[in-house]
Amino acid sequence: MERQAFQKIYTHLTNITKATVTLEAGDVGYEEMAIVHGRLAQVVKIMGKMITLQVFSGTEGIPTDAEILFLGRPPQLKVSDELSGRFFNAYGDPIDGGPEINGEIRDIGSPSVNPVRRKQPSQLIATGIAGIDLNNSLVSGQKIPFFADPDQPYNQVMASVALRAKTDKIILGGMGLTNDDYLYFKNVFENAGALEKIISFVNTTDNPPVERLLIPDMALTAAEYFAVDKNESVLVLLTDMTLFADALSIVSNRMDQIPSKDSMPGSLYSDLARIYEKAVQFPSGGSITIIAVTTLSGGDITHAIPDNTGYITEGQLFLRRDTEIGKVIVDPFRSLSRLKQLVIGKQTREDHPQVMNAAIRLYADASNARTKMENGFDLTDYDERTLEYAKAYSEKLLAIDVNVDTETMLSISWDLFSTHFSKAEVGIKAAITEKYWKN
Amino acid sequence: MERKNKTTGKVVGIVANLVIVETNGPVAQNEICFIHLGQENLMAEVIKIVGIKAYVQVFESTRGLKVGTSVTFEGHLLEVTLGPGILSKNYDGLQNDLDKMKGVFLTRGEYTDPLERDSLWNFSPIAKVGDTVYAGSWLGEVMENSIPHKIMVPFKLEKKYTVRSIVQAGTYTVDTTIATIKDDEGNEIAISMVQKWPVKMPIKAYDNKPRPFKLLETGVRCIDTLNPITEGGTGFIPGPFGTGKTVLQHAISKQAEADIVIIAACGERANEVVEIFTEFPELEDPRTGRKLIERTIIIANTSNMPVAAREASVYTAMTLAEYYRSMGLKILLMADSTSRWAQALREMSNRLEELPGPDAFPMDLSAVISNFYARAGFVYLPNGTTGSITFIGTVSPAGGNLKEPVTESTRKAARCFYGLSQARADSKRYPAIDAIESYSKYLEYPEVQTYLEKNLGKEWLGQVLQAKDILLRGKEAMEQINILGDDSVPLVFHDKYWKSELIDFIILQQDAFDKIDASCPMNRQQYMLTSVLKVANTEFKFDGFEEIGGFFKSIINIYKQMNYSEFQSEKFTQYESELNTLVSNKQVNE
Ligand SMILES: Nc1ncnc2c1ncn2[C@@H]1O[C@H](COP(=O)(O)OP(=O)(O)OP(=O)(O)O)[C@@H](O)[C@H]1O
Ligand SMILES: [Mg+2]
Repeated sequence: MERQAFQKIYTHLTNITKATVTLEAGDVGYEEMAIVHGRLAQVVKIMGKMITLQVFSGTEGIPTDAEILFLGRPPQLKVSDELSGRFFNAYGDPIDGGPEINGEIRDIGSPSVNPVRRKQPSQLIATGIAGIDLNNSLVSGQKIPFFADPDQPYNQVMASVALRAKTDKIILGGMGLTNDDYLYFKNVFENAGALEKIISFVNTTDNPPVERLLIPDMALTAAEYFAVDKNESVLVLLTDMTLFADALSIVSNRMDQIPSKDSMPGSLYSDLARIYEKAVQFPSGGSITIIAVTTLSGGDITHAIPDNTGYITEGQLFLRRDTEIGKVIVDPFRSLSRLKQLVIGKQTREDHPQVMNAAIRLYADASNARTKMENGFDLTDYDERTLEYAKAYSEKLLAIDVNVDTETMLSISWDLFSTHFSKAEVGIKAAITEKYWKN
Repeated sequence: MERKNKTTGKVVGIVANLVIVETNGPVAQNEICFIHLGQENLMAEVIKIVGIKAYVQVFESTRGLKVGTSVTFEGHLLEVTLGPGILSKNYDGLQNDLDKMKGVFLTRGEYTDPLERDSLWNFSPIAKVGDTVYAGSWLGEVMENSIPHKIMVPFKLEKKYTVRSIVQAGTYTVDTTIATIKDDEGNEIAISMVQKWPVKMPIKAYDNKPRPFKLLETGVRCIDTLNPITEGGTGFIPGPFGTGKTVLQHAISKQAEADIVIIAACGERANEVVEIFTEFPELEDPRTGRKLIERTIIIANTSNMPVAAREASVYTAMTLAEYYRSMGLKILLMADSTSRWAQALREMSNRLEELPGPDAFPMDLSAVISNFYARAGFVYLPNGTTGSITFIGTVSPAGGNLKEPVTESTRKAARCFYGLSQARADSKRYPAIDAIESYSKYLEYPEVQTYLEKNLGKEWLGQVLQAKDILLRGKEAMEQINILGDDSVPLVFHDKYWKSELIDFIILQQDAFDKIDASCPMNRQQYMLTSVLKVANTEFKFDGFEEIGGFFKSIINIYKQMNYSEFQSEKFTQYESELNTLVSNKQVNE
């Protein structure tokens, strides 16, 4: 534990709540770290001499005569190449039994990149999953979450995306991971033989929830080190941001702040934006891409957490079980990658944008036909064809177990078009249809 | 508010970016102060005063700040610096020039000069010695990019003055005295090309503000044709996330026939601003052939930048707009998103522990929004010329619910409503403006109707209303078809439905990413609407509903090709004649 001879030790707490303690102290900086009864804490409010600290691991058992030591610094992380391949907790301490890290000390939660120093993202990240590459292409420097119900295999999908993406580093920020999921990530990373390019900061369900608040900043401080200092492309995985936001609401509720929608703090948008906006493409070549998970309750995206997330991120990938084919698919309706237009038809084949749009439009026609059918109406010949098409489209392209390159995805799409529809029904620009239509 | 001795104070409390300062002298509401944290000076604004305690919102992170830190009050409100050299700049919400900042990351306490003090400007005088002048009177002009930038009597000078001297035509720096003026008491004032103005006060150097009456072309069919906005008009674009607010605003800012476009990226994504930085220096203004960036000012206070400065950013943008409007220019101001500004107000109001209004927003939200929108408008300047600020803000309703406080307050303030619909966005019917729910109050203004009649012909308004009517009928027909089934409704229902689809696909939908379709000039819009309505007014002979769908799909397909082709090009006319053949084959012959 950090302790220096001249540091003043306080021994009297005047107030204790579930998440915070208050004491009289002087010369304390805002957001400074402290140790309260052996637990890490951070200054969240200063009123004259009264200092309120948020105790990350909770205040259970803390007595009024607890020892309080101020550390004179904000939360920090040591950064160096030694981070590679290692697992840490929310405070940046190793949890894999390995040695301490040597490196430069950096404050976490650092300032934002000057917008004029950014470069427009332009590098496609291929994942092999058509629901992503064909319909919602990822671009390096993007920030995008999976929206998924808790029972969907989002961590598995995210892990395979991470391993297939060609990036220099993968940084996992796990918040409220179950121990099983933590071990799952550890296993896939090890089995892929990719451990040396992976760094993990993990808070599991066994750890106190408020500790999670540090995870994104830890992961992103490490990411900035590799992206800025080493010009590397870094992929940051944040799962599950809903649990992060829950921790925010715990703290703000205990500090008696007026909650806004869904008992979330009024600052939720800014709090989440501060994290997601760390995604960036630097002119020097380094980049930070953020793929996150936001779990939904009962598919409700109007809840404050997914809603604010959607307003911040550059699209979202919606996982849904397609009962007809019995597989999880990337839902083409609610999913969106806002940066896709920077790469599709440019880094991919020219027909990509039109094929993508036409395929989804026809899929939408199928869903109208299905509604008709469910309401007991007769289907037209066109309706019937859209339904057949939708099933094949879902199976061959939308399912998350698809793993092919983009050119193949386009070719499959043209196959589906010509099998089920006429050129006019597909409605793609004549010049392109002439070139790619399959007879 | 100028004081001989600056008031000072000491920090006594800190909660995030709300800091409480004990003062030793007079302070004013909204006065600016600096908190001296080590080498860094953190700028802040007074937002509440209780006894000797000033509550200030800091425009920076307060990390490391301690009780006892000294504070100096500046004796003025939050101000912008006005003068030539503002165009093409990238500012933050407090008008710091972002390009002048060192380093990749924003440094706390770094404030940069909004203008170039060393640049020389080619000045030519407008006023003569002996002229009577007032605040806002034009003394001379310099060419800023291609815009005649007027050098005016500072807006803060509230009296009547006489010009004592004015420099000859020549090149000068912005700080050079270009004129001296004298008030009735004989006090002489030296005027340079630079002046300052507090952002929360409207600049009112105009004679009067009539109701807007001129159409402002945006190149977006769904706006210009169906729900036009006017020069000096106000509009807002609410929509759930991802429905196309930003894409629509960017499209408008590229195409609109304005002299100057000011874009306030208020609490949104940094990458969207980078897109402008990247594209605007390349893209041409279709009217002048000059690069778009030359007529653009960007105020970037993105979501990860300090929240208090986010609130300031929209005011900074509006003040710059008012400055240029006073030069007799046509300004288009865009803010994306005004909800983030409202949220910044909410965060602060919560920290101040004020009694919250609906959804924890401050009670006066509605008034704040109305006052802001009221600063837009078309004006007659004292010298008989006109200027305008057209303002379009986006709104990001929580949960996509239009009944929330920011949307409702904005609805009261703005005259055009461009509601984006989730369903339309989901089915990629872009721009996802719900043409039935949306409105332009300007269409009801007699002066606007007269203008339309004069410029687009007597039939135009009738055509627009007919198009809206067809859309509505089509929607009703579709509902009936959904309830009763395809073959249980008369064929005419299908006919109605497909005619509305025709208008939807060809007039409403527009591909913002296609070179040609992205921008549609008014004469082309008129041509297309006339053509589409002709088809819609044609009686066809069909044997069954399936035939109707098939027929209209092929028509829509050809029309789409027309939208993608150069107007009146060979290809365009070729598609058109293909279309005519198709139509006349199916048409009922009298
Ligand atoms: N006119 C259009 N043509 C084609 N695609 C569009 C159009 N408008 C929007 N889109 C698609 O929708 C995406 C989201 O649009 P946009 O970023 O404008 O949404 P938004 O309403 O501003 O969302 P947010 O509130 O989250 O900022 C775009 O990235 C693009 O893929
Ligand atoms: Mg947007």
